Amino acid sequence: MNFLSKKKAMLAAAVLSMSYVVGFHNNSEAAGYMAPQENTIKVLPIDNAKFVQGQIFDFAVEIKNGSSDMNVTVNGKEASKFFGKDSVRKMEGNTAVYRIDDVSFPKAGNITIEVKDGANERSASYTVTNEKSKKRAKNVILFVGDGMSLQARQIARILSKGITEGRYNDLLNMEKMDNVAVVTTSGYDAIVTDSANSASAYATGHKSVVNAMGVYENCTKDPFDDPKVENIIELVKRTRGMATGIVSTSNITDATPAAMVSHTRRRAEQNFIAQTMLEDKHRPDVILGGGSRHFIPMDVPGSKRKDNVDVIKSFEDLGYSFSGTKTELENTPESADRLLGLYQLDNMNVYIDRAVIKNPKVLKGFNDQPGLVEMTEKAIDTLSKNDNGFFLMVEGACVDKQLHVLDWQRAAYDNIELDKAVGVAQKFAAQNEDTLIVVVADHAHGASITGTYHELDGKTGREAVRTYADSKWPTFEDADGDGFPDNPDPAVTLAVQFANHPDCNIDYRFKDVPTPPAIMGKDGKAIANPLTKGEFYAGNIPAKADQEVHAADDVILTAQGPGADYFKGTMDNTEVFFGIVRALGIDGNKNKK
Amino acid sequence: MLSKIAKILLMLLLIAPINAERTVPFAEPFFNVCGRAEAFWGQTVELGFDDLYSSVSSRGVVLSDKLRSNEGNSVSMVGFMAPPLTPTINFFVLTREPMSICPFCGSDADWPADIVVVKLDEPVTALPFDSPIKVTGTLELGTEVDAETGFVSLVRIKADNLEAL
Repeated sequence: MNFLSKKKAMLAAAVLSMSYVVGFHNNSEAAGYMAPQENTIKVLPIDNAKFVQGQIFDFAVEIKNGSSDMNVTVNGKEASKFFGKDSVRKMEGNTAVYRIDDVSFPKAGNITIEVKDGANERSASYTVTNEKSKKRAKNVILFVGDGMSLQARQIARILSKGITEGRYNDLLNMEKMDNVAVVTTSGYDAIVTDSANSASAYATGHKSVVNAMGVYENCTKDPFDDPKVENIIELVKRTRGMATGIVSTSNITDATPAAMVSHTRRRAEQNFIAQTMLEDKHRPDVILGGGSRHFIPMDVPGSKRKDNVDVIKSFEDLGYSFSGTKTELENTPESADRLLGLYQLDNMNVYIDRAVIKNPKVLKGFNDQPGLVEMTEKAIDTLSKNDNGFFLMVEGACVDKQLHVLDWQRAAYDNIELDKAVGVAQKFAAQNEDTLIVVVADHAHGASITGTYHELDGKTGREAVRTYADSKWPTFEDADGDGFPDNPDPAVTLAVQFANHPDCNIDYRFKDVPTPPAIMGKDGKAIANPLTKGEFYAGNIPAKADQEVHAADDVILTAQGPGADYFKGTMDNTEVFFGIVRALGIDGNKNKK
Repeated sequence: MLSKIAKILLMLLLIAPINAERTVPFAEPFFNVCGRAEAFWGQTVELGFDDLYSSVSSRGVVLSDKLRSNEGNSVSMVGFMAPPLTPTINFFVLTREPMSICPFCGSDADWPADIVVVKLDEPVTALPFDSPIKVTGTLELGTEVDAETGFVSLVRIKADNLEAL
């Protein structure tokens, strides 16, 4: 690095405060900050990105109205020389593109990228880490409660455990962990994330943009050509030959499980995501969830594929044992070490519909779906056969999906179900104490407990919302001790209110059949669903939104086991990945095969 | 004789004044007469959302005998019209219940299995989304991919008449 560039780098560092403290700029002496500014030079990965030593990624620079003759250096060396690979330079419309794919930083330390295009220049700084936990984890189980805000967890605790004279009778399994951290959730594009973007941060250690996973966003519309970053499943398979698994109650190709595996700018490409799960480099050994419609050929009624690829058969040809029902999952041969289980054409039904009410009009023929607990048990039993250890991601997907439709009761039951799956993992971890368990949400919802609600004195609507001293205890009960309240709709229930919502009717009551609060009306404006009851509340988000939307609120992470000590204080969401890699002691430079 | 009357009524329907928004007409008294006439002739089979499939599993669904035996016939279904994917396309999705739409999907991926695609001669913009509608038309079965949107459908009604209930 010459003196000039070093000086500039230092200046940039001072302005942008780049040194890292668990994912944050060290701002202790910095004099404030600047409003974000557009820069015509885009460096991908972005400024302040962090890498695991040896983690593979695609490097790209894009300059709007720029020249493909741009000069790109890494720590003062021409980038292609630094990486030892030729660059590709081209124009995409008016944008000059410089790209080198499949590269890595083999040594830990700081990296400075400098780009010059005539008088136009930009620098970016990266950090490369090889931090390893003193006590190593053999296995990692990551639980993602989709949309499981702190308040969602608390609602689940109230319903599952109850409260007596202000003291909870018990805590959730996920709350009985040694380490707690507050985790931020934003991607690099916007303050509010979606589940693809946030799961991508957990899976890769890199921020992305709404709708994207395992990639940085480039200038083209193609959802498959964006610069990739290696994800956790690829990393542990490549370096260690570990077993890997994804379990979810959603379509298994939906954002959170998909982000553990795949790379695309557009999460809606679920047919692609199903098929890419077959690729050896990131093929999970255990895949259990919903969404078979993306795996069955187009000619089979019920398919959403646009080709006749039979993805289930392709997995079976690779030795996977397929199950389509709970009974089939239970009857999977003991010897099976690769599982594909798809239990719904679409998202699996939520716990209360699947396991309690069992309304045929809701289940629509899917009467034998396993729950998250059974799927987690089977996944752990199967993956733990691998002597190299395993990485398993388990998602409680419908906490989010139910909060989107303001159905906090259904969300709470699924949150409790997720907690029981955490209990399964804790039981497994207790055997050898070599498993790191992390439980985290990917983003929040603005659901909050205002008080309680009842109509026992004849009051209704907002007058029946009981606040402060009137918020007497809800009358949920768990007489059968299964951890779920016996009745989701007791006389005194919670007054859960949402910070944002579409036009809707609110009555605080449990709905026997899942019912969206709003539907799309004329002119693309959402209106309150005429099938709902209660007081009308005008929406406070853009009228095109017919669901409640995510909140930018920070979320809670709890962790136990070897390496859990990493999780403390307030952390950037990308640090979940680095905590996992540190616990496993992964060296990205190693190749198992 | 009856089919001649049906043809005349259908022609009247097709040449009926189309309002400024170029929508498929609905709920006009004239067309209600048309609907009653069909019921009188007994040629139109009423289908419900529970009638679509004889079996459902994660390996796929099986179309019911009632559906298969009425392929190409005149059928009617009552459901809710989901908003079109784009304002200009010539089909919409008929659902069992009014639906809210996944903000991230914007494709056929987000729809449940028990939907019926209603094909139209003209884009429809003036029908209500929040109250049930009755669709009458010719039943089409089998996987079809819409050339413009890539939307994959399995059960379709080529609409002769739409009626707000």
